Amino acid sequence: MEFSDYTAHALIEMLDRRDISAVELTKSVFDRIAEVEPDVHAYVTLTEELALAEAAAVDKRRAAGEALGPLAGLPVAVKDNMATKGVLTTCSSRILNNFIPVYNGTAVQKLYDAGIVMTGKTNLDEFAMGSSTETSYFGPTHNPWNIDTVPGGSSGGSAAAVAAGEAVMAVGSDTGGSIRQPASLCGVVGLKPTYGLVSRYGLFAFASSLDQIGPITKDVTDTALLLNVIAGHDERDSTSVPTDIPDYTKALTGDIKGLRVGVVKELMGEGIDVDIKAAVEASVRLLGGLGAEISEVSLPHSEYALSAYYLIAPAEASSNLARYDGVRFGHRTQDEVADMVEMYMKTRAEGFGDEVKRRIMLGTYALSAGYYDAYYGQAQKVRTLIARDFAAAFNQVDIIVSPTSPSVAFKMGAKVADPLQMYLSDVCTIPVNLAGLPGISVPCGLSGGLPIGLQMIGRAFDESTLLRTAHAFELAFGWHEKPNL
Amino acid sequence: MAYEIVIGLEIHVELNTRSKMFCGCPVTFGEVPNTAVCPVCLGHPGVLPVVNAQAVEAAALIGLSLNCAIAPNNEFARKNYFYPDMPKDYQISQFDLPIAIGGYLDVGDRGQTRRIGITRVHMEEDTGKLIHKGATGRIHGADRSVVDFNRAGVPLMEIVSEPDMRTATEARAFLVKLRSILLALGVSNCNMEEGSLRCDANVSLREFGDTELGVKTEVKNMNSFKALQRALEYEVERQTSLLTHGERVIQETRHWDDAGGATTSMRSKEEAHDYRYFPDPDLVAIVMDPAEVERLRAGLPELPDARAERLGREFGLSDDDAKILALNKPLGDFLEETVAGGAAAGKAANWLLHELAAELNRTDTEIEDAAFTPRHLIDLLQLIDAGTISGKMAKEIFKTSFATGRLPAAIVKETGNVQITDTDALGKIVDEVLAANPQAIEDLKNGQERAIGFLVGQIMRLTQGKASPDAVNKLIRAKLR
Repeated sequence: MEFSDYTAHALIEMLDRRDISAVELTKSVFDRIAEVEPDVHAYVTLTEELALAEAAAVDKRRAAGEALGPLAGLPVAVKDNMATKGVLTTCSSRILNNFIPVYNGTAVQKLYDAGIVMTGKTNLDEFAMGSSTETSYFGPTHNPWNIDTVPGGSSGGSAAAVAAGEAVMAVGSDTGGSIRQPASLCGVVGLKPTYGLVSRYGLFAFASSLDQIGPITKDVTDTALLLNVIAGHDERDSTSVPTDIPDYTKALTGDIKGLRVGVVKELMGEGIDVDIKAAVEASVRLLGGLGAEISEVSLPHSEYALSAYYLIAPAEASSNLARYDGVRFGHRTQDEVADMVEMYMKTRAEGFGDEVKRRIMLGTYALSAGYYDAYYGQAQKVRTLIARDFAAAFNQVDIIVSPTSPSVAFKMGAKVADPLQMYLSDVCTIPVNLAGLPGISVPCGLSGGLPIGLQMIGRAFDESTLLRTAHAFELAFGWHEKPNL
Repeated sequence: MAYEIVIGLEIHVELNTRSKMFCGCPVTFGEVPNTAVCPVCLGHPGVLPVVNAQAVEAAALIGLSLNCAIAPNNEFARKNYFYPDMPKDYQISQFDLPIAIGGYLDVGDRGQTRRIGITRVHMEEDTGKLIHKGATGRIHGADRSVVDFNRAGVPLMEIVSEPDMRTATEARAFLVKLRSILLALGVSNCNMEEGSLRCDANVSLREFGDTELGVKTEVKNMNSFKALQRALEYEVERQTSLLTHGERVIQETRHWDDAGGATTSMRSKEEAHDYRYFPDPDLVAIVMDPAEVERLRAGLPELPDARAERLGREFGLSDDDAKILALNKPLGDFLEETVAGGAAAGKAANWLLHELAAELNRTDTEIEDAAFTPRHLIDLLQLIDAGTISGKMAKEIFKTSFATGRLPAAIVKETGNVQITDTDALGKIVDEVLAANPQAIEDLKNGQERAIGFLVGQIMRLTQGKASPDAVNKLIRAKLR
């Protein structure tokens, strides 16, 4: 076993005991990257030099007996839609293919302050719009479990990097499932925190009212460790909520006796693969065996979630992505243009890929005078109803479970030509974003050699109960599978 | 045919807060371009806005001073359109939930007071400044354009009136009064030339008795009170001419060219523009605590109407004088300081409103920048009261003092230019003049009073204007009795 295959919490102990140095660990990760990256393509940018310098600095501080951050010396990958000062940040888009931020996003800064060694910036669907990491301007990421299949998306690079041992941990962002679905498809753990728990400052906005940054890790303990670092109110983000942040690792007791767990009726029927349904049912039985009280809950409006999401998210995106206009930064057309408007049009036509254009047009339409009430306004009402569904369900249960993804990793290119099929990949995860709740995906089996994910959903800001449940399940299920790269 | 004139104003006021509307950059004017900027006001990817509490308070004060209701819940929306002076290609503004709604402002026009409705006051962020190189300085025909983002994100308040104004003069009076209120609140520098106070006007005509509004034009680029009045007068005349010739007014934006004295079409709009407003998901609703609003209301400074009333009452000024001084805050402050220094209010006001106002106007100087201060006026009035100088001499001394900043007493001392009141010294000169002008004496005795003016004039000429006219008058009459 290589160092890069260990969990973060195991490596922290090894680093503490000086069984291994941060430089050795970092080198081991970059060796692994050199080995598998040509097949996986998890990264847009690798920052090896920077990483080794950071690792050496950590080792020096440790040798000098200085205080170290909780993640000191751990190689962590960052999704390429988070601002990293001095390091290329592209959103996997041509329009930002030369963009170097002048500041660190809050989550990134907190990771640096915790002592991480950043391995690089991971690939994503362009502007996080997609469920397969195939819309990246820099080419797709491949699933380490089977490189002919997709890793999911949009945080496919982060999930693949963790699954392939190309990073010990990673951060992703989740707007409609972009952390949980790739985590599910790559057999790793992915948490979308409650909206407002982690600052969005520095996250290149896709849909501001839905975006959240969260961990992608090898196990639930690592998720808790990473969440400890990135959670918390930020005065730079008005939507981040002032709330006390507990030590999430303390919640991982392994005890879920008496916990009420509800299975979502509507997400266990049509459209869910048989193997996945069976794996989720088996998982629920396992939770029952651990002392949880199992019941069925209903989210009656969940069938409208996808439609509402594909109005709200593109509407916000159409405005958020307006700033990529070629005036101040990023790509600008090199063609001769007659005037300003032509410069805008050519720049954006060249800079954005098809899926981004599709969503900008959809969102522009949804916000247009005369259509606003029928589309955006109506979608917001549906959103309220979905949040009420969850509130009602949480009167009966403490944790809600469902599949994370209706299918395991699909063949590359299989859904590229059919956006609606692609959008259905997020049918189980989108309601959680609309309601602003925390959701986690943990591995719960294999189908045809490809991982299956179990989604667990908690009450707002009750990540402790959610992580406790996921951790107890993980211990009992005993997931030790690894991709054979 | 005579038409009813309908004018509504949209006023944009840049606040003089310490920092910008949504970031910590300072609010500056005239700085080196693109130095008061940060990732937030430059709209870099990933940044988020944070509302400036000082600006919200200023907006509430403006609303309260315009008799508006303060919305307990108000929110920011995004106004989406592409333009290179706007870093995010959307402007954070307020749309259907502004901070203040439904107020009014009473405006006195030629002795009549009319109540002009205030539709709303809302908060937004200013844009950057485009500078077009080459040609006329306007975008059309420019070789290239550069942009300065120092102004981008400066808090901007939009105040919208109802279409309640019926003359250009009334619109001007409205703006004068609004400006005086904003200055009294201290929330803005309100400099029209620098653009911290900007005014657009919607102008339409209709037949008297009509309740429907006519087709309007929006007039922009009026950078002074005078420009506002001239532009409106021009636009009213233009529309009147169109309508009387059976033509139609086209809804459009028109640019006032102050030098040319005309408005020209900028673009026909409205139907073409869809800003796709929606609530800004990066910001949460602003909840106004009612107790806080009441605290702000109680803390409002003295506003122009109240000041005019007080100046009239305390200083015995005419209504007109009191109003002018109250509407021009620095002028009113100047008066109060002068009176506090011991000067008689009536005389001080007279000097302020005539000599000083004329000189400020002639030299295009703001009173705050003038070298002539209340201390100078107090000094000047003391010299007159003591009889050291005559009123006529005082005017000359005032001009010197205004130009140099030297105190009137020092000027008098240096030039020795004092009034001759000494009866013995004057008596000799009076005797000489009387002796030389027997005809005038004859005329005077025959009741031709204007002959005394001639005699006084002769004496003033011989004394180079230093004789006290009062003393000379008395002497002549005494000697001829």
